[in-house]
Amino acid sequence: MTLTATDLLLEATDVSKTYGAVVALDHASLSVQPGEVHALMGANGAGKSTFVKILTGAVTPDTGRIVVRGRERTSHSPAEARRNGLVSVYQEPAVIPDLDIRDNLRLTQTPIEPFRHWLNELGLEDLDLSSLARRLPLAALRIVDLARALALEPDVLLLDEITAALPANLTEPVLRAVQQQGSDRSVIFISHRIIEIAAICDRATVLRNGETVGVVDVTAGSEDTIVELMLGEDTTALGHKKAAGAAVDRGQQTPRISARKLSDGRRLRDATLDLYPGEVLGVVALEDQGQDELFAILSGAERPVSGSLLLDGKAVSYRHPADAIRRGVVFVAADRAEALLMQRSVRENISLPFSARIPQWGWINMGREGRKVDEAVETLQIDARAGAEVRRLSGGNQQKVTIARWVASGVKTMLCFDPTRGIDIRTKNQIYVLLRDLATAGAAILLYTSELKEIQLVCDRAIVIFGGEVVAEMAAAGADEAALLRAAHNLKSDAELPEEAVAGTVAEKAAVEAAVDDTSTRASQP
Amino acid sequence: MSADATTLGGPRSGAADVLVRFARNHAWTLGLFAFLAVLLLFTKYVNSYYNLVSLANTATSVLPLALAAVAQAIIVMAGGIDLSISSQMALVSCFAAILMQAYPGDLTAVGIVILALALGVLLGAINGGLIVLTKVPDIVVTLATFFVWAGFALLVTPKPGGAAADWLKGLVVGSVGTDLLPKALIMLIIVVAAIWIPLSRSRLGLSIYAVGSNRLAAFRSGVAVNRTKFLSYVIGGLVAAFAGLSLTASTGIGTPVPEPTYVLISIAAVVLGGVSLAGGVGGVFGPIVAVVVLQLIRDDMTFMHVDPNLGLVAQGFILIGVLVVGSLVQMRRSRA
Repeated sequence: MTLTATDLLLEATDVSKTYGAVVALDHASLSVQPGEVHALMGANGAGKSTFVKILTGAVTPDTGRIVVRGRERTSHSPAEARRNGLVSVYQEPAVIPDLDIRDNLRLTQTPIEPFRHWLNELGLEDLDLSSLARRLPLAALRIVDLARALALEPDVLLLDEITAALPANLTEPVLRAVQQQGSDRSVIFISHRIIEIAAICDRATVLRNGETVGVVDVTAGSEDTIVELMLGEDTTALGHKKAAGAAVDRGQQTPRISARKLSDGRRLRDATLDLYPGEVLGVVALEDQGQDELFAILSGAERPVSGSLLLDGKAVSYRHPADAIRRGVVFVAADRAEALLMQRSVRENISLPFSARIPQWGWINMGREGRKVDEAVETLQIDARAGAEVRRLSGGNQQKVTIARWVASGVKTMLCFDPTRGIDIRTKNQIYVLLRDLATAGAAILLYTSELKEIQLVCDRAIVIFGGEVVAEMAAAGADEAALLRAAHNLKSDAELPEEAVAGTVAEKAAVEAAVDDTSTRASQP
Repeated sequence: MSADATTLGGPRSGAADVLVRFARNHAWTLGLFAFLAVLLLFTKYVNSYYNLVSLANTATSVLPLALAAVAQAIIVMAGGIDLSISSQMALVSCFAAILMQAYPGDLTAVGIVILALALGVLLGAINGGLIVLTKVPDIVVTLATFFVWAGFALLVTPKPGGAAADWLKGLVVGSVGTDLLPKALIMLIIVVAAIWIPLSRSRLGLSIYAVGSNRLAAFRSGVAVNRTKFLSYVIGGLVAAFAGLSLTASTGIGTPVPEPTYVLISIAAVVLGGVSLAGGVGGVFGPIVAVVVLQLIRDDMTFMHVDPNLGLVAQGFILIGVLVVGSLVQMRRSRA
């Protein structure tokens, strides 16, 4: 079927965007027909978020054309995009917490009657419009946000993970409303839940490494095609690179960390895992499956609501990250802005954890500190010429500083949360080698990564988290990207869809937290 | 090891290297000194009688303010702000002056000075404790305690009064040997050296920078964020008590009504002195120089017979001008 540009409701062509050295979008394209529900798919970091931000005017592309109903449009802000007929609903509801719902509607000039209508359709008929937004649970706010967008009757509605963390009784009406958008209006639907895509979408555009790699008609059995497209041809080409650690009999060994049914009461539910000394254990999950919370609990930043945590076979509970650090359990964050003192020197940043640890105030032994810092700088080959202020280092060197501080203090257990996010390939490799070396020296390393390749490059084993639970465990040898991605979507290998399992996961308890909860606003992909 | 991995402060860095690095790391303070030099030349120009003795006198007159600025700087570096500093100074000053009048004697005065310093620690501890425990913003808590301390000061003595031991006055009034070395300057150096130098080399000092720079990163690195914040107020309170005592020593009495401009000038000096109001950056020497700069500007206005009201306006504009130029320079540098 060939459509001329004017037949398309929205057509984006040749869209590129680079952030420094990182290419987020590389001549990507997207065309949406009137009346269709169009899925935008891609693995973590494929460029979905950037594409959405460009379509809604939050980010200006380097190149590209966006045509809505045959007219070229450029949007410089979400408000302008809305006037151009594009309305989006993000994962984080765009409501002002200190205003009531009615004022929030006035702010966006949303007509009340259609809003009411959609609220009823979405199963929230008894919502009091005079209640303050901050008093409503997150799930209700998402519904409000969606109803508001629907009431504006946009040409194109962009839904970014609208069903994430929605309870089942709200998910169903949302999906129904999305399908009812009529023959003149379209929906761009982003979801990690392939089952939802299969249920409501007509076509899917798949992004990989910032490029549009395929447009698929969604029919029964097209899930496999989509997964293959998301991965690319290197699925088959990539030989099994033998990870350094040979399979070890763990029969007698005591795990360094042993987590049993850990739960944070919200996203993380019943996470169970064992991390042994001398291994790198990979963790794979789609966004917001509870991995942030798992790492926060393991590193002592948060306390679990239920479940138990054993360190070397003995029960522990941390009251402060310092408790974990004292026991040699340390955390490396993906977001360096969350880990470093940007205006301070390399030396201070490296020495901070072992110089300023709680029980010891008193003097800093400058000589000893200097030697330790120099050692760490050398081990990690940090280019510290701009060392007076960490913010002047490159991203890769900054990340090395966050790791160096722990190497300097003699780490036994390292919890790495996507440590190679957004850094150059050379530094990545140095970090891989370092992690392997640490493991060989007997350290236990837990590595969450959004780059599935890293599992076979660095890890001995991998676990997959979905809906707050560990749903799969595999040896690195069998953990190719296809297997991991399927597991991460909680798809069983025999293309049969576990409807009930998914529905159960979807029916997470509605998070009864305030809309502006800083733990839920973790930065996602660049 | 790879060739481009320069180790920190390794033996390779020569003396010139060290100088360059020092200049780069203290660019703001050096710039402030340059500004001070220009200002001194200007002062000499508008007032030909101005000489080194006058400069020494200026240094004496700014002692309480300089100490207040040091106290403020320590708190701001830890990411806080203290609006109650001037009434802390007034309360400590009245407390000491009234006690010294009631119990004269050189030896009892020593005890009273120690009590006054302890009072400063207590006031700081109350500020810090309230902020950490209630999680009410620093600016709100210290605004409230500003009125509380001021009220207590009026309860101690409703009108200016009291006395100061002679040795205490002797510590800050006059000069050593020639007229060029005011005792106040020596006191300032002693107090700052006794508090700041150990602090900046201790774990607590590093923790203060860490908490002010990035609370989350500090927390994750195992720093006791609340304790550090609390202690920054305690140390700030101690330095503010020194400032209050210097008021008593230089005037010989306690004045219960706090000078409200002290708070504003201490904050202005902190900002002008290169301490980021967002926390995490700076030292105490910049703010001290900034206090002198601000005092000189005021003196010059007086010499030039500028309408005092207009002088206030001019002061504000000079402050803005200096900060804008400084920020522009820093922005360009960080972009390069």
